[in-house]
Amino acid sequence: MSDVLAVLEQREGALRKVSAEVVTGARRLADALAARVDALVIAAGPVEGADQLGGFGADKVITLTNPAFGRYAPEGYARVIADRARAGGYRVVMFAASAGGRDLAPRVAARLGVALAQDITDLACEGGAVTVIHPVYAGKALLKLKLTATPAVVSLRPNVFTPVQRPKAGTAEIVAVEAAAGRVVVTGVKAAAAGALDVAEASIVISGGRGLKEPANFKVLEELAAAFGGRAAVGASRAVVDAGWRPHADQVGQTGKTVSPTLYIAVGISGAIQHLAGMRTSKVIVAINKDKDAPIFKVADYGVVGDLFEVVPRLTEEIRKLHG
Amino acid sequence: MKIAVCIKRVPDSETRVKIASDGKSLDEAGVKFILNPYDEFAVEEALRRKEQAGAGEVVIVSVGPAAAQETIRTALAMGADRGILLQTDKIPADGLEVARALAAEVKDSGYDLILFGKMAIDDYNHQVGPMVADLLDLPCVTAIAHLEIGGGKGTAEREIEGGVEIVAFPLPAVLTAEKGLNEPRYPALKGIMAAKKKPLEVKPATLGAGGLEVLALTLPPQRKEGRVVGEGPAAVLELLRLLREEAKVL
Repeated sequence: MSDVLAVLEQREGALRKVSAEVVTGARRLADALAARVDALVIAAGPVEGADQLGGFGADKVITLTNPAFGRYAPEGYARVIADRARAGGYRVVMFAASAGGRDLAPRVAARLGVALAQDITDLACEGGAVTVIHPVYAGKALLKLKLTATPAVVSLRPNVFTPVQRPKAGTAEIVAVEAAAGRVVVTGVKAAAAGALDVAEASIVISGGRGLKEPANFKVLEELAAAFGGRAAVGASRAVVDAGWRPHADQVGQTGKTVSPTLYIAVGISGAIQHLAGMRTSKVIVAINKDKDAPIFKVADYGVVGDLFEVVPRLTEEIRKLHG
Repeated sequence: MKIAVCIKRVPDSETRVKIASDGKSLDEAGVKFILNPYDEFAVEEALRRKEQAGAGEVVIVSVGPAAAQETIRTALAMGADRGILLQTDKIPADGLEVARALAAEVKDSGYDLILFGKMAIDDYNHQVGPMVADLLDLPCVTAIAHLEIGGGKGTAEREIEGGVEIVAFPLPAVLTAEKGLNEPRYPALKGIMAAKKKPLEVKPATLGAGGLEVLALTLPPQRKEGRVVGEGPAAVLELLRLLREEAKVL
């Protein structure tokens, strides 16, 4: 067997966006291996969006259900995924390197007694072996690894594997599975402010630093984010997180989140090496800063030198016009 | 309360990366090494839990080169009681091998908690903690930003995309620390002096080659030289034109 098992992610019965990315990555490898892609969802019942995954390259979508699987249950999830991986004799098991996937993948790899390449940004099949690229030293270097064990277990960095639609539909099956009560129990989820996108998953990220001068001024960035109509999240530099202006969940950089959005707008951020580490893989970087010598301009594709309190509102106004 | 904290010696976050002549590793010449920042949160949490319980022991365990003794001393200077170095010249890329060595060391030693940082800032692996938990069949919560412990049980909070999960678990358990869990203390001079006399056991690590073979370590492609579009709000229209027509992201 040389098939690829893509482990998907659902929350409250709906598939998360990273799932399409994992199926896309799995399809890419499966094409190189001339193999099939089985997509696996763990849930309490049928999952909204699971039937769409054939369009991203899943030959079969398997939903394993148990009433205990509504919320993330680390031990139960790890057990059923490892059992499935073993029973199916898969060549590759693929996760998203999301908060859930980063927790789950090591447990499954340890259970299977094989190595895990976590948070990878590229993958290939070379001479029959799976090779991956894993950014290290905060993105200052790229490690190329060969996975020598079977199955090869990997997790994909969110926002890197752009979902590709294919004119093909897969089959689907829903299987109820047994689950013993786990010792680790998620008893609740506190949701962030309604509609707030996570910086690690937004396609546009607008981050602010010391140049914002005080916490209340972040509303200038929030207005710009809102003008993009729900596609943008507001991030922050380490300096303003350490100062208590913004929550740690919003921090972009070496001790915060690594982001790869389509568009990254750095506002009033000088560009310390540890911040650049978190955003250098963004597709397009825009910097707005009043100091023309700020290091951020060295990595920015486009820079605007000027007072952010004049430039950003003007930008917001024009973006609003675009999105009418 | 008996607590093990597994730590790692890593290059400082300001390190400029130079590739060694083998093309597969970091050139360590002139590199300053520190205690992994996420492990500092784990050490601090262990010290607070011991202080709160009024009794116990905090043991620092590390897999690393001889020089990692210095890193262990840093944690001892913060207030930990003793250290164990599983010495190796080369840490394998495969985190499961490191996890196996650590699991064998902390197994059957009566620890109530085994703490880790959520990841090391050199390899970005995010995996050794939960792997140790699985090997020892212990409950595990990763990347915790808040922790409460009492009556042989604990509750932790972990950040997920767009929210926070509240997780209950029994002790003994393995936990990995996220930034924000606490504010780590700086070692005081008295602590630094005391740390020199604290026990530090050094023994060889038993590590397999593992299932990850390093093919190459390279510098990331340079970003294309950017340009300054203009100054002040007058530059906004040109910026938008470039984003639309050249970069095609709007």
